[in-house]
Amino acid sequence: MVGIIDYGMGNLLSVYHALQVAGAEACVCVRPEDLQKCSRFVLPGVGAFRDCMRALRSRGFSDALTLEVCRRGKPILGICLGMQAMAARSFEGGEYPGLGWFDADVVRLEPDFPGCRIPHIGWNEAVWKNGSVLATGIPVASDFYFVHSYYMHCRDDRDVEAISDYGGTFTAAVRKNNIFATQFHPEKSQDQGLKALSNFVQWNP
Amino acid sequence: MLKRRLIPKLQMKVREIGGMRQPVLVTTVNFARVIEIGDPVSQAKIYEAQAADELIFLDLDATSQWRCAMVEVVRKAAEEVFMPFTVGGGVRSLADFRTLLSNGADKVALNTAAVLDPTLIRKAADSYGSQCVVLSIDFRREQTGPYLVWTHGGKVKTDWSPAAWALEGQRLGAGEILLTSIDRDGTRRGLDVELVRQVTEAVHIPVVASGGCGLAAHFVEGFQLGKADAVAAGTFFCFKDENPMQTRSQIRNAGLPIRIHR
Repeated sequence: MVGIIDYGMGNLLSVYHALQVAGAEACVCVRPEDLQKCSRFVLPGVGAFRDCMRALRSRGFSDALTLEVCRRGKPILGICLGMQAMAARSFEGGEYPGLGWFDADVVRLEPDFPGCRIPHIGWNEAVWKNGSVLATGIPVASDFYFVHSYYMHCRDDRDVEAISDYGGTFTAAVRKNNIFATQFHPEKSQDQGLKALSNFVQWNP
Repeated sequence: MLKRRLIPKLQMKVREIGGMRQPVLVTTVNFARVIEIGDPVSQAKIYEAQAADELIFLDLDATSQWRCAMVEVVRKAAEEVFMPFTVGGGVRSLADFRTLLSNGADKVALNTAAVLDPTLIRKAADSYGSQCVVLSIDFRREQTGPYLVWTHGGKVKTDWSPAAWALEGQRLGAGEILLTSIDRDGTRRGLDVELVRQVTEAVHIPVVASGGCGLAAHFVEGFQLGKADAVAAGTFFCFKDENPMQTRSQIRNAGLPIRIHR
């Protein structure tokens, strides 16, 4: 059972339907107690970083997820803001601490190319690390749907699973042990996105 | 590299079919003449099969009375279509945002309500993030006069120039501009690239140009001359024996970055 974390931010319905098409049984976790019955998780998210962390903490998900993911080793997939929440801190509208699962900062996209608009909205190519589990059966460079103004800058290159380019390279996906996360929206990326989700669902780190 | 986007626009009106009120897919000409096409969700699925990059759903009746029927369309689309979509038409409050977003919309378009109360843009951006706030701007140029923004489905003239209103929308937190020419709507004469260019030069958020596409070359003009990030079209994709996939190849042949496959 894949638990989708509902902390009031994110397009849960689309993630839910996409997981079903990807062959998973999914449920929505509205309380920390719901996490125990799930074997893996998806942490979606749209909106602002500060509100996201505040909601994760006030609903008790922050500690409960850290226990299930970092101690019990259950796989998790962070999407967009859900990925950024896993960083040590974010500089969106101030400086705020995140879950700290990745040694990384969330910083604003600063394309050094005229005509690159912010937010970065649309289909862009993700270039995957050789043999990335999430990209099994997906061309090494393939288009996914992005919508964001900030991205995760990793201090450890080994965490970076895919990169993309928007007036400069930025992190498109990360992985560390049982934790996977994508800046793009697999649930909105048609065939390749559904394939990435089905790879995640079958992944046993 | 970020690809240019091709966005089929699905406009809907409520019709009585077999004693039941149902949303029907329509196209319009100059925001006035309405032509009925069919079922919005089936058409959305066809567009997905043809590798559209995004979809826009617009409720032309835009009355709270029929809101439930439209929400049902959004809900069904979210079950069956795995690409991003914007929903607009009659959005007046944060409660409307919440309803549409929680039923599967990725972005919500504000039009008339934003002109009447510009702080709605800021409130929506603060609550749900700029990325889901689309400022929809309908414009028209009377003979030799200036371009002006019109509201209430093209019925009420305002004092705003489209570029100034887009800039103000950006300042208030809009994440994208959807620009529609009332004069070109449904005419297949091509986009008003001059005005599109004015707006893309005024703002740094993405601009979606629409109104007037009748040939693949019109999309290319929107990207190359108008500097649009995306081009949306209703009539073009509904009627012509063209589909997003063929149009896409022609855009790529013009040297523009565009997605070719799903």
